[in-house]
Amino acid sequence: MSDVLTAPYVLEYTYKRSTGPIIGRFFSALRDRRIEGVRCKSGRVLVPPQECDPETGESLSEFVSVGPAGVVTTWAWEADPRPKHPLQTPFAWALIKLDGADTALLSVVDVPTESTMKSGLRVRPRWRAERIGEMRDIECFEVAT
Amino acid sequence: MSDAVKLFKAPIRLEYTIPAGRATSRFCRGLASGRLYGQRCPECKKVNVPPRGACPTCGVPTEEEVLLPDSGTITTFCIINIAFAAQALELPYACASILLDGADSTLFHLIQEVPVAEIRMGMRVRAVWAENKLASLEAIRHFKPTGEPDALASIEGHF
Repeated sequence: MSDVLTAPYVLEYTYKRSTGPIIGRFFSALRDRRIEGVRCKSGRVLVPPQECDPETGESLSEFVSVGPAGVVTTWAWEADPRPKHPLQTPFAWALIKLDGADTALLSVVDVPTESTMKSGLRVRPRWRAERIGEMRDIECFEVAT
Repeated sequence: MSDAVKLFKAPIRLEYTIPAGRATSRFCRGLASGRLYGQRCPECKKVNVPPRGACPTCGVPTEEEVLLPDSGTITTFCIINIAFAAQALELPYACASILLDGADSTLFHLIQEVPVAEIRMGMRVRAVWAENKLASLEAIRHFKPTGEPDALASIEGHF
Protein backbone atom coordinates (compact mmCIF):
# COMPACT_ATOMS: atom_id res chain seq x y z
CA MET A 1 0.00 0.00 0.00
CA SER A 2 1.52 3.26 -1.12
CA ASP A 3 0.04 5.25 1.77
CA VAL A 4 2.02 3.23 4.32
CA LEU A 5 5.45 4.52 5.31
CA THR A 6 8.33 2.15 5.84
CA ALA A 7 11.57 2.60 7.70
CA PRO A 8 14.81 0.65 7.97
CA TYR A 9 15.40 -0.92 11.35
CA VAL A 10 18.56 -2.67 12.48
CA LEU A 11 18.69 -4.93 15.49
CA GLU A 12 22.26 -5.74 16.44
CA TYR A 13 23.87 -7.56 19.33
CA THR A 14 27.61 -6.87 19.30
CA TYR A 15 28.61 -9.96 21.25
CA LYS A 16 32.12 -11.08 22.00
CA ARG A 17 32.37 -14.69 23.04
CA SER A 18 35.10 -16.42 24.99
CA THR A 19 36.81 -19.22 23.10
CA GLY A 20 37.77 -21.50 25.96
CA PRO A 21 41.25 -23.05 25.98
CA ILE A 22 40.84 -25.46 23.04
CA ILE A 23 39.25 -23.18 20.43
CA GLY A 24 41.51 -20.39 21.73
CA ARG A 25 44.54 -22.44 20.77
CA PHE A 26 42.92 -23.44 17.43
CA PHE A 27 42.31 -19.76 16.59
CA SER A 28 45.81 -18.76 17.73
CA ALA A 29 47.24 -21.37 15.33
CA LEU A 30 45.11 -20.03 12.45
CA ARG A 31 46.70 -16.64 13.05
CA ASP A 32 50.06 -18.36 12.39
CA ARG A 33 48.70 -20.14 9.27
CA ARG A 34 48.52 -23.49 11.00
CA ILE A 35 45.56 -25.78 11.55
CA GLU A 36 45.46 -27.89 14.69
CA GLY A 37 43.17 -30.69 15.77
CA VAL A 38 42.93 -32.61 19.00
CA ARG A 39 43.44 -36.34 19.45
CA CYS A 40 40.76 -38.41 21.19
CA LYS A 41 41.42 -41.36 23.43
CA SER A 42 40.57 -43.65 20.51
CA GLY A 43 43.27 -42.01 18.40
CA ARG A 44 40.85 -40.12 16.12
CA VAL A 45 41.79 -36.51 15.38
CA LEU A 46 39.00 -33.94 15.63
CA VAL A 47 39.17 -30.75 13.53
CA PRO A 48 38.03 -28.28 14.69
CA PRO A 49 39.18 -29.49 18.12
CA GLN A 50 36.74 -30.09 20.94
CA GLU A 51 37.21 -29.79 24.70
CA CYS A 52 35.76 -33.21 25.46
CA ASP A 53 36.02 -36.65 23.86
CA PRO A 54 32.68 -37.18 22.09
CA GLU A 55 32.76 -40.90 23.01
CA THR A 56 34.02 -40.91 26.60
CA GLY A 57 33.48 -37.33 27.74
CA GLU A 58 37.09 -37.08 28.96
CA SER A 59 38.95 -33.76 28.65
CA LEU A 60 41.16 -33.55 25.59
CA SER A 61 44.47 -31.71 25.31
CA GLU A 62 46.76 -33.51 22.82
CA PHE A 63 47.04 -31.15 19.86
CA VAL A 64 48.01 -32.42 16.41
CA SER A 65 48.95 -30.38 13.36
CA VAL A 66 46.80 -31.25 10.35
CA GLY A 67 46.51 -30.22 6.72
CA PRO A 68 46.75 -27.57 5.58
CA ALA A 69 45.44 -29.36 2.45
CA GLY A 70 42.60 -31.84 2.48
CA VAL A 71 39.72 -33.29 0.48
CA VAL A 72 36.12 -32.22 0.03
CA THR A 73 33.79 -34.82 1.53
CA THR A 74 30.53 -33.10 0.61
CA TRP A 75 29.46 -29.70 -0.67
CA ALA A 76 26.60 -27.40 -1.68
CA TRP A 77 26.72 -24.75 -4.39
CA GLU A 78 25.95 -21.12 -3.57
CA ALA A 79 24.98 -19.56 -6.91
CA ASP A 80 23.82 -16.23 -5.56
CA PRO A 81 25.97 -15.06 -2.62
CA ARG A 82 24.37 -12.65 -0.18
CA PRO A 83 26.16 -9.55 1.19
CA LYS A 84 27.40 -11.24 4.38
CA HIS A 85 28.62 -14.41 2.70
CA PRO A 86 32.39 -15.04 2.85
CA LEU A 87 32.76 -14.70 -0.93
CA GLN A 88 30.88 -12.43 -3.31
CA THR A 89 31.27 -14.66 -6.38
CA PRO A 90 29.48 -18.04 -6.64
CA PHE A 91 31.21 -20.57 -4.36
CA ALA A 92 30.72 -23.92 -2.62
CA TRP A 93 30.05 -24.54 1.04
CA ALA A 94 32.03 -27.65 1.80
CA LEU A 95 33.00 -30.12 4.49
CA ILE A 96 36.74 -30.63 4.15
CA LYS A 97 38.69 -33.47 5.73
CA LEU A 98 42.19 -32.15 6.22
CA ASP A 99 45.21 -34.44 5.91
CA GLY A 100 45.66 -36.19 9.26
CA ALA A 101 42.14 -35.40 10.48
CA ASP A 102 39.28 -37.84 11.02
CA THR A 103 36.48 -35.25 10.97
CA ALA A 104 35.61 -32.61 8.39
CA LEU A 105 35.77 -28.84 8.80
CA LEU A 106 33.03 -26.60 7.38
CA SER A 107 34.42 -23.92 5.07
CA VAL A 108 33.97 -22.52 1.59
CA VAL A 109 35.71 -23.37 -1.67
CA ASP A 110 36.43 -20.75 -4.30
CA VAL A 111 36.15 -22.42 -7.70
CA PRO A 112 35.19 -20.82 -11.02
CA THR A 113 32.23 -23.10 -11.77
CA GLU A 114 29.98 -25.58 -10.03
CA SER A 115 31.23 -28.31 -12.39
CA THR A 116 34.69 -28.06 -10.78
CA MET A 117 33.27 -29.22 -7.45
CA LYS A 118 33.21 -32.89 -6.56
CA SER A 119 33.60 -35.04 -3.50
CA GLY A 120 37.25 -36.01 -3.22
CA LEU A 121 38.46 -32.70 -4.72
CA ARG A 122 41.80 -31.79 -3.20
CA VAL A 123 41.87 -28.28 -1.73
CA ARG A 124 44.16 -26.07 0.32
CA PRO A 125 43.45 -22.98 2.41
CA ARG A 126 43.84 -19.44 1.14
CA TRP A 127 44.88 -17.40 4.15
CA ARG A 128 43.65 -13.92 4.82
CA ALA A 129 46.50 -11.40 4.66
CA GLU A 130 45.65 -9.86 8.05
CA ARG A 131 44.84 -12.63 10.50
CA ILE A 132 43.46 -11.92 13.96
CA GLY A 133 42.76 -15.40 15.32
CA GLU A 134 39.28 -16.35 14.15
CA MET A 135 37.64 -18.71 11.66
CA ARG A 136 37.73 -16.16 8.84
CA ASP A 137 41.53 -16.19 8.94
CA ILE A 138 40.93 -18.95 6.41
CA GLU A 139 39.51 -16.81 3.62
CA CYS A 140 38.41 -19.95 1.76
CA PHE A 141 39.82 -23.11 0.27
CA GLU A 142 40.98 -23.36 -3.33
CA VAL A 143 41.91 -26.24 -5.62
CA ALA A 144 45.31 -27.66 -4.66
CA THR A 145 47.64 -27.84 -7.64
CA MET B 1 54.30 -14.83 19.22
CA SER B 2 51.40 -12.71 20.38
CA ASP B 3 49.08 -13.77 23.20
CA ALA B 4 46.73 -16.72 22.83
CA VAL B 5 43.27 -15.86 21.51
CA LYS B 6 40.67 -15.75 24.28
CA LEU B 7 37.79 -13.86 22.65
CA PHE B 8 36.17 -13.60 19.26
CA LYS B 9 33.53 -11.35 17.83
CA ALA B 10 30.16 -13.02 17.25
CA PRO B 11 27.77 -10.22 16.34
CA ILE B 12 24.16 -10.88 15.44
CA ARG B 13 22.68 -8.33 13.07
CA LEU B 14 19.14 -8.31 11.71
CA GLU B 15 18.18 -5.75 9.08
CA TYR B 16 14.47 -5.09 8.81
CA THR B 17 12.23 -2.84 6.77
CA ILE B 18 9.32 -1.97 9.00
CA PRO B 19 5.99 -0.83 7.56
CA ALA B 20 4.48 1.71 9.93
CA GLY B 21 0.85 0.79 9.25
CA ARG B 22 -1.82 3.22 8.05
CA ALA B 23 -2.54 5.01 11.35
CA THR B 24 1.12 5.55 12.26
CA SER B 25 1.89 6.61 8.67
CA ARG B 26 -0.77 9.33 8.91
CA PHE B 27 0.62 10.37 12.31
CA CYS B 28 4.17 10.56 10.88
CA ARG B 29 3.04 12.57 7.83
CA GLY B 30 1.27 14.92 10.24
CA LEU B 31 4.53 15.39 12.13
CA ALA B 32 6.29 16.28 8.85
CA SER B 33 3.82 19.13 8.46
CA GLY B 34 4.08 20.20 12.10
CA ARG B 35 0.81 18.66 13.31
CA LEU B 36 0.01 16.03 15.92
CA TYR B 37 -2.87 13.70 15.11
CA GLY B 38 -4.49 11.25 17.50
CA GLN B 39 -7.40 8.88 16.95
CA ARG B 40 -10.60 8.75 19.01
CA CYS B 41 -12.04 5.37 19.99
CA PRO B 42 -15.70 5.05 18.91
CA GLU B 43 -16.51 3.10 22.11
CA CYS B 44 -14.62 4.63 25.05
CA LYS B 45 -14.13 8.02 23.31
CA LYS B 46 -10.51 8.17 24.48
CA VAL B 47 -7.99 9.85 22.18
CA ASN B 48 -4.87 7.80 21.58
CA VAL B 49 -1.62 9.36 20.41
CA PRO B 50 0.42 8.05 18.68
CA PRO B 51 -2.57 6.34 17.03
CA ARG B 52 -2.32 2.63 16.28
CA GLY B 53 -5.47 2.11 14.23
CA ALA B 54 -7.15 0.31 17.09
CA CYS B 55 -8.05 1.23 20.66
CA PRO B 56 -5.66 -0.42 23.11
CA THR B 57 -8.46 -0.61 25.71
CA CYS B 58 -11.46 -1.69 23.62
CA GLY B 59 -9.66 -3.41 20.74
CA VAL B 60 -11.97 -1.84 18.15
CA PRO B 61 -10.70 -0.11 14.99
CA THR B 62 -10.24 3.65 15.35
CA GLU B 63 -10.91 5.94 12.39
CA GLU B 64 -11.77 9.40 13.73
CA GLU B 65 -8.76 11.68 13.55
CA VAL B 66 -8.24 14.38 16.18
CA LEU B 67 -5.82 17.28 15.73
CA LEU B 68 -4.03 17.85 19.01
CA PRO B 69 -2.10 20.88 20.27
CA ASP B 70 1.64 20.54 20.81
CA SER B 71 1.36 21.33 24.51
CA GLY B 72 0.85 18.92 27.37
CA THR B 73 1.73 17.83 30.89
CA ILE B 74 4.52 15.52 32.10
CA THR B 75 3.01 12.43 33.72
CA THR B 76 6.28 10.69 34.50
CA PHE B 77 9.93 11.02 33.51
CA CYS B 78 13.34 9.42 33.58
CA ILE B 79 16.76 11.06 33.94
CA ILE B 80 19.53 9.32 32.01
CA ASN B 81 22.84 9.55 33.89
CA ILE B 82 24.78 6.63 32.46
CA ALA B 83 26.66 6.66 29.15
CA PHE B 84 25.79 4.00 26.55
CA ALA B 85 26.93 2.99 23.07
CA ALA B 86 24.52 4.96 20.86
CA GLN B 87 24.19 7.94 23.21
CA ALA B 88 23.68 11.14 21.21
CA LEU B 89 22.95 13.69 23.95
CA GLU B 90 25.03 15.15 26.72
CA LEU B 91 24.41 13.59 30.14
CA PRO B 92 22.35 13.97 32.19
CA TYR B 93 19.22 14.33 30.10
CA ALA B 94 15.58 13.47 30.58
CA CYS B 95 12.81 11.65 28.74
CA ALA B 96 9.20 11.99 29.77
CA SER B 97 5.74 10.66 29.13
CA ILE B 98 3.72 13.67 28.03
CA LEU B 99 -0.07 13.83 28.12
CA LEU B 100 -0.93 16.19 25.26
CA ASP B 101 -3.89 18.47 25.96
CA GLY B 102 -6.97 16.66 24.73
CA ALA B 103 -5.29 13.23 24.58
CA ASP B 104 -5.86 10.23 26.83
CA SER B 105 -2.59 8.42 26.22
CA THR B 106 0.95 9.70 26.60
CA LEU B 107 3.70 10.42 24.11
CA PHE B 108 7.31 9.70 25.01
CA HIS B 109 9.86 12.40 24.18
CA LEU B 110 12.89 14.38 25.35
CA ILE B 111 12.63 17.27 27.79
CA GLN B 112 15.27 19.96 27.25
CA GLU B 113 16.00 23.64 27.97
CA VAL B 114 15.58 23.05 31.71
CA PRO B 115 17.94 21.64 34.38
CA VAL B 116 16.99 17.99 34.87
CA ALA B 117 16.59 18.57 38.63
CA GLU B 118 13.66 20.91 37.94
CA ILE B 119 11.68 18.39 35.85
CA ARG B 120 8.61 17.13 37.73
CA MET B 121 5.30 15.39 37.29
CA GLY B 122 2.62 17.90 36.36
CA MET B 123 5.09 20.24 34.63
CA ARG B 124 3.62 21.95 31.56
CA VAL B 125 5.60 21.55 28.35
CA ARG B 126 5.41 22.43 24.67
CA ALA B 127 7.04 20.90 21.57
CA VAL B 128 10.08 22.54 19.98
CA TRP B 129 9.84 21.60 16.30
CA ALA B 130 12.78 20.88 14.03
CA GLU B 131 13.33 23.18 11.06
CA ASN B 132 13.44 20.28 8.64
CA LYS B 133 10.62 18.05 9.76
CA LEU B 134 10.98 14.36 8.93
CA ALA B 135 7.97 12.07 8.90
CA SER B 136 8.91 10.76 12.33
CA LEU B 137 8.96 11.82 15.98
CA GLU B 138 12.28 13.48 15.19
CA ALA B 139 10.18 16.27 13.64
CA ILE B 140 9.92 17.39 17.27
CA ARG B 141 13.39 18.15 18.63
CA HIS B 142 12.22 18.00 22.21
CA PHE B 143 9.67 19.47 24.61
CA LYS B 144 10.47 22.41 26.87
CA PRO B 145 8.68 23.91 29.88
CA THR B 146 6.05 26.55 29.08
CA GLY B 147 6.33 28.30 32.44
CA GLU B 148 2.62 27.77 33.15
CA PRO B 149 1.60 26.60 36.64
CA ASP B 150 1.86 22.83 37.17
CA ALA B 151 -1.22 20.80 36.28
CA LEU B 152 -0.95 17.71 38.49
CA ALA B 153 -4.73 17.29 38.69
CA SER B 154 -5.03 17.03 34.89
CA ILE B 155 -2.86 13.92 34.77
CA GLU B 156 -4.63 11.98 37.52
CA GLY B 157 -4.90 8.34 36.52
CA HIS B 158 -2.02 8.63 34.02
CA PHE B 159 0.90 7.59 36.22
